[in-house]
Amino acid sequence: MSMKFTTDHPRVSGLAEPVKKTMDASATLVSGGAGMVGGSVLNAGRWAAVMAPLVVISFAVLLICLQFGTQWIGFSQIVEIVWQVLREGTVDSDRIGVTGVILTQVRLPRVLLGFLVGSCLASVGVVLQALLRNPLADPYVLGVSSGAALGVALAILLGAGTTIVTFSVLPLCGFAGGLLSLAVVYRMAVSYGRLPIHALLLAGVILNAIFSAMIMFVTSIMEPNRSVGTMTWLMGTLTAPSYPALAILAFYLLGGIFLLLKQARRLNVLTFGEESARSLGIDTEQVKRVVYVLSALITGAVVSVSGMIGFVGMVIPHAVRFLLGADHRLLLPASACVGGMYLVIADTLARTLLTPTEIPVGIVTAMAGGPFFIYLLVWRKDRFA
Amino acid sequence: MSLRPDHAPSLIDETPGCGAADPQRAYEVRSIRFQYRPFSRVTDNWVLDGLTFAVDAGEILGIVGPNGSGKTSLLKLLARVLRPHVGDMALFGRDLGALSQVEVARTVAFVPQESPQVFSFTVMETVLMGRYPHFRGAKWSAGFGWESSEDVRIAEQAMQSTDLIHLAGRSVMDLSGGERQRCMIARALAQAPQVLLLDEPTAFLDIQHQIEICTIVRRLKEERGLTVVLVSHDLNLASQYCDRILMLKAGTLFRLGLPHEVIEVDVLRAVYGCDVLIDRHPESGAPRVTMPSYISTRNVRDRL
Repeated sequence: MSMKFTTDHPRVSGLAEPVKKTMDASATLVSGGAGMVGGSVLNAGRWAAVMAPLVVISFAVLLICLQFGTQWIGFSQIVEIVWQVLREGTVDSDRIGVTGVILTQVRLPRVLLGFLVGSCLASVGVVLQALLRNPLADPYVLGVSSGAALGVALAILLGAGTTIVTFSVLPLCGFAGGLLSLAVVYRMAVSYGRLPIHALLLAGVILNAIFSAMIMFVTSIMEPNRSVGTMTWLMGTLTAPSYPALAILAFYLLGGIFLLLKQARRLNVLTFGEESARSLGIDTEQVKRVVYVLSALITGAVVSVSGMIGFVGMVIPHAVRFLLGADHRLLLPASACVGGMYLVIADTLARTLLTPTEIPVGIVTAMAGGPFFIYLLVWRKDRFA
Repeated sequence: MSLRPDHAPSLIDETPGCGAADPQRAYEVRSIRFQYRPFSRVTDNWVLDGLTFAVDAGEILGIVGPNGSGKTSLLKLLARVLRPHVGDMALFGRDLGALSQVEVARTVAFVPQESPQVFSFTVMETVLMGRYPHFRGAKWSAGFGWESSEDVRIAEQAMQSTDLIHLAGRSVMDLSGGERQRCMIARALAQAPQVLLLDEPTAFLDIQHQIEICTIVRRLKEERGLTVVLVSHDLNLASQYCDRILMLKAGTLFRLGLPHEVIEVDVLRAVYGCDVLIDRHPESGAPRVTMPSYISTRNVRDRL
């Protein structure tokens, strides 16, 4: 089969448009693999054909996960409650009942937050993997997340937030910590006016170690009740936010993903090396600066609301790249959708597995992601050695 | 590393310092000096120290010289991936320093010695990346634009020139060394350049693939009138396939000329510090370098 098509090519290629299509189709057949899209070219049509179903599936997953929890809320009940809220324009417990309050005040914001956090972690994972040219990179590699976590932990120590996840100064401290660690990593790694990848990775590892120690120190000198809360947050927990806070966060984070998306084509070229990218007319230092700062800001915000949720940024881009190819114009938004779904499902498991107790969702993602990491390292190392 | 702002083409021709530049010359390089500067300090270690030469349009120029003589740095300066600290360079009569990176990329394509390939882009996707500098849409959307059908056509042509069309759908990670090199050359051709810069295009390739790459380069020069500057360790390859050869020694130009003017026993002794045998290629008559046999190196061994 594949032989036939291969031998056909020299004759077919370079002719008119319909012939080109034949060629594309046959190239797909030749490559055959699940992830290969053949010689076909990514264009707006194919992009939409992948993204539209993904968005629909995302909504379906959100809807399904809304039903689970300490109390089962059926699909018809959800529709009923939503209809009531829309009709009466209120979320008062007298009108919509206890179930309504659980759905609208607790479960829905939490599921939405989970989706947002998962999307952001996966997106930042995608762009960092591209810049570091390493499929094992994760938002945590650069030490940005531990910097953000340290900022938040310090704020808690100094009494900034009495409850663990408040939308007060904590996200700001998260950005500050994230940006600070980014600046330090940048300073440590920069040489000859450039940012060599290996120096950056090393600087991230060192900074991670230092910040982890400092976080543990800060936690250990806290009042016991705060320290327990901080520990839970550090393990990665989603807590239902208020709607205004959720809206601000969504605006900010989706804006960040949009700005990252605007670098997609340049990221494609950057995976082939910086000098090669510069020779194609790309201002590589500018792209790196933009992407690193955006990653730090997104990670800082995510860490301040959900703690250290690991492996989402590594597992999701890898899986999506395998299925849809490596082009960042498709990989980035698709990973955002899949990352969102993944975290919502993980959080649903965290909420329901040991009812009435909850498991920190960071533990669920680590349990799933850790073995995947080992699989990549042991069986697929030829792909990125 | 801030890039200078873009200039309109009309401004470039009036840029002082390149008034005498000849548009028939692909490159004119005047007394450039370059060094890698740790912490932005100027040291005495000039990698390239006072080079002056020109590259004619449509020729294949080979840059040869010992390890560390500045070959690759010179090529990167020509690609404007690096910039000289002293001296000026003109590209087809226009000041290279004043052109924007995208403008350079529309004229000059650079193939580095090694390109990391970590993600499974298909050959087609990779070659299409060469169309980036030719993006026609709005500037703000350049980072997310789609390739036009013309881009696809040019990419397919580039893949034909390098005999890759049957691999269009294959992942670059599954290619052999020779196919990979051809893929990167195809990407460079998709840039529709007038100048092709190749850094060690045949390094680590077996003899079949070496011949393949060299034949492609030669054909591109003849069919498209492409100017090619290539860096090579292989003196015989340079002698066979290049119109002229530039011999570097410790960052300075030692000799520039036709292969038989540069590949000489005296020159090689002065530059590499060793004796070699030189005869003629049986077919082309180009000078051919041979390592001396074990017997004739006895004197050297005695000295050691």
